[in-house]
Amino acid sequence: MRIRIKDRNQEQRLFVSRTVLTFVAVAALFGALVGRLVWLQIVNHRHYTTLSVGNRVRIQPVPPTRGLIYDRNGRLLAENLPSFRLDIVPEEVPDVDRTIERLSGIVHIDRQDVARFKRQMHHEHRFESIPIRYRLTSRELARFAVDRSRFPGVEVHANLTRYYPEGKNLAHIVGYVGAIDRQDLNRLDDSNYAGTTHVGKTGIEQRYEQRLHGTVGYRKVEVTAEGRVVRVLDRKSPVPGQNVYLTVDSKLQEVARKALGKQHGAVVAIDTKTGGILAMVSTPSFDPNRFVDGIDPGTYARLTHSPAKPLFNRAIRGRYPPGSTIKPFMGLAELQTGTVVGRNGKVDCKGVYHLPHTDSVYHGWKRWGHGWTDLRKAITQSCDIYFYHLAVAMGIQKMHDFLSRFGFGKRTGVDLDGERPGLLPSPAWKRKKYGKPWYTGETVITGIGQGYMLITPLQLATATAIIADRGERLRPHLVKDFQDPVDDKLDPPTDVKEPPVRLRNASYWRRITRDMERVVGSIHGTAHNISYGLKYKVAGKTGTAQVFSSGGGDQEGEEKNLPMKLRDHALFIAFAPAEHPRIAVAVVVEHGGGGSVAAAPVARKVMDTYLIDETHAVR
Amino acid sequence: MLFDDDYPTSQGVTGGFGRLLERLHLDPPLLAGLLLLCGVGLAILYSAGGESEGILLRQGLRMVLAFGVMIVVAQIPPLTMRLWTPLLYLGGVILLILVAWMGDVGQGAQRWLDLGVVRFQPSEIMKLAVPMMVASFLHYRPLPPRLRHVAWAAALILVPVVLIARQPDLGTAVLVASAGLFTLFLAGLRWRYIWGLALSMAALAPVIWFHLRDYQKQRVLTFFNPEKDPLGAGYHIIQSKIAIGSGGLFGKGWLNGTQAHLQFLPERSTDFIFAVLGEEFGLVGLCLLLVLYLYVIGRGLQIAIRAQDTFERLLAGSLSLTLFVYVFVNAGMVTGLMPVVGVPLPLISYGGTSMVTLMAGFGILMSVHTHRKLVA
Repeated sequence: MRIRIKDRNQEQRLFVSRTVLTFVAVAALFGALVGRLVWLQIVNHRHYTTLSVGNRVRIQPVPPTRGLIYDRNGRLLAENLPSFRLDIVPEEVPDVDRTIERLSGIVHIDRQDVARFKRQMHHEHRFESIPIRYRLTSRELARFAVDRSRFPGVEVHANLTRYYPEGKNLAHIVGYVGAIDRQDLNRLDDSNYAGTTHVGKTGIEQRYEQRLHGTVGYRKVEVTAEGRVVRVLDRKSPVPGQNVYLTVDSKLQEVARKALGKQHGAVVAIDTKTGGILAMVSTPSFDPNRFVDGIDPGTYARLTHSPAKPLFNRAIRGRYPPGSTIKPFMGLAELQTGTVVGRNGKVDCKGVYHLPHTDSVYHGWKRWGHGWTDLRKAITQSCDIYFYHLAVAMGIQKMHDFLSRFGFGKRTGVDLDGERPGLLPSPAWKRKKYGKPWYTGETVITGIGQGYMLITPLQLATATAIIADRGERLRPHLVKDFQDPVDDKLDPPTDVKEPPVRLRNASYWRRITRDMERVVGSIHGTAHNISYGLKYKVAGKTGTAQVFSSGGGDQEGEEKNLPMKLRDHALFIAFAPAEHPRIAVAVVVEHGGGGSVAAAPVARKVMDTYLIDETHAVR
Repeated sequence: MLFDDDYPTSQGVTGGFGRLLERLHLDPPLLAGLLLLCGVGLAILYSAGGESEGILLRQGLRMVLAFGVMIVVAQIPPLTMRLWTPLLYLGGVILLILVAWMGDVGQGAQRWLDLGVVRFQPSEIMKLAVPMMVASFLHYRPLPPRLRHVAWAAALILVPVVLIARQPDLGTAVLVASAGLFTLFLAGLRWRYIWGLALSMAALAPVIWFHLRDYQKQRVLTFFNPEKDPLGAGYHIIQSKIAIGSGGLFGKGWLNGTQAHLQFLPERSTDFIFAVLGEEFGLVGLCLLLVLYLYVIGRGLQIAIRAQDTFERLLAGSLSLTLFVYVFVNAGMVTGLMPVVGVPLPLISYGGTSMVTLMAGFGILMSVHTHRKLVA
């Protein structure tokens, strides 16, 4: 074994050189580290600052308060009520199960509540409050308040829920809100609805959703990595939605609804001076409050599948033959077109009408006839034979053209969604629809509002208001004013005027109005039954619309033995006071039988309520 | 060089306090650096730990204990250390084997040995025992070491490193291996051996990769592409880079780091405390910290140069460089330069075990410096 001598000096020199080398390397590597820090902290400082801010700052939407809906007299129709919710913060509760058990001694908690709570608890952070019960009753609220100290980590949360104090009374007009669903998401503005849970689904709530909703506000908050809010950095208050004042008088609405009672039908009353809808009833109705927080499937199925169709707004969607209520318009058409009926405008009514050059025979409702009949008598006593003659003499095209000026066959443009246009037939329409020519026999029955022609109750009321206002046309509407939530300024909806109906001689209006007055006022009038104690003059017209053909003619009062669903619809149109009209009404009672019996009294009640004050004098 | 206090007693520190330090075998410049680091550590920890006095108190007590250990070690003359080194090394290896056999599993790794009274990690001992063993082995050999001796020294390093890496504890394995390798390097390991070693390491890399645990592989993979797994393993690195980067030049101010205080930064009191410092004190703060570390390392290397025999020299140099490895591996990990390896920021990260070992190492440095015979 060779022994090498340790050379201490050389070893020391070697060590020193290695040490110095290492120190230089250490310093260089630290330098590299500093280079890396410069890269992160100087060169990319802005990038990382952005990421850091993005980490900690969240923007939380603050939903606006939905606007309120009032009737014309300031009665609340839709409001936001605080509803109370019981929340548990799992983090602050020592034993969640035990707490729920103890809570259920105070408030009602069923198994579904617990299941829903447990499901949500799995998906949320432990510091997030999770609802265990919605809509506490005031008694439960009070009981919990007393025992509150025994439940740390359990808290009551108040939020606003839409409530309709009038319930079913205005359900079809006001509509309802419901939870936003996928369809809503597609058409709503995401950012403005960021914090919103409910959206208008039907009625005014739907039509004026944008105005009622308002503008979302926000809170800029600082959060921890878990999402816990540490503090609020900035906030912008939401702008509440606009309040909406309707033209509807909820008392009048109720009168009309009660007058219809259990019968199915519709009543529309229009303020002839403004075109504002005073009442618009569709029976049966439903309670909109059931829809707000999610209707249970059973109730919903019952509502949608009921043959009575309570969700269906008959006033704007129901389509009925106008029956004899078309006769005043036909009378105006005769005068305007200068059509000559029979001999010097008189027809000898024997209860039947033979269409010339054919074998067709058309019956009137009065089997033995009205005898010699002019336009006045024809309207007053609703003589079908006269109007058969008139219709054939005038022809379908002229009839169509004149009637269309009253809005028949077209949507009125009322501020509700889902309105139907009805149907005003013409040869052109029939060719297009069925590819067949128009037959004169169809003209005959169109003259008494049967056949193809269909109206909605709203159309009928609007057309009646045109007669009342002597040709002035106003678009029927439900909103009187929008109210700015900030300065309370009122803003009426824009122009409701439509091109008026002009006649060759303005006196025709007066003449037809007189004839319509006799419907009620004359002892022979078909609606004389409602004239008792009447304090103002009513211009009206009864109508009976056939649901099925019983062999021609509309035979009022002969079908008491028919099953309900085959009975005729009863109609009545009217306006009052006849000289200076303020209200126009149309009533349709499905399967009500005769218009004078089923429909006219409803209109009388509505007009009385509107025109007669507490002192029993005309307002 | 940096320090010109051959006789620190009367010049550097005045009066009775200076004499007290001398009698305690303490080196004032090194002590000052260490105390400064501990002070910075406590300040950052207060912020990173959510301003909790409890954490501060516990860490303060650990520091007192660690300084106690340092003072005790400083009293032991280097000669005594050298004589006891083989026993310490052998004991450490036996304990490592015992841990592998019957140790407690903590946080997915088998590192702890329960001695009934205290649980401790035998791998910590090896951070000191390996450089001591290599230094004392080379002390008796002519330098630069010949291949045969290099092979022996390599074996002395490799046995405990493999045992530690298998626990698995990659961070400690790296530290122990580097302590041993630094000893060899400072001893004058020939460059051709160094290149040979580097080449064989490169060749061995695939084998090592094959033997890594899944979570270790994951860390390495995540290092190369942290954005690939932003919510999982990459989250640490991404958030730590955001913290440091958003700190900018001067930082957000003490206690104002949003990444740390809003808990976006994971492990903010322990392995990632460097990022908290970077967020709150910016580039300036981090540079000052690095300068402070460089000062302590430099003082340690100066002590090594002035040491009087091979064992003392190699040991002092290696222990000083261990501090560098700690800092560099930790800072490299936190800034995204290196894979995530569980190495704390020395004297600043919350936690006791590694601090005690580290301070014991500084105790050795002080002993080397203060037990010199004035006449050589």
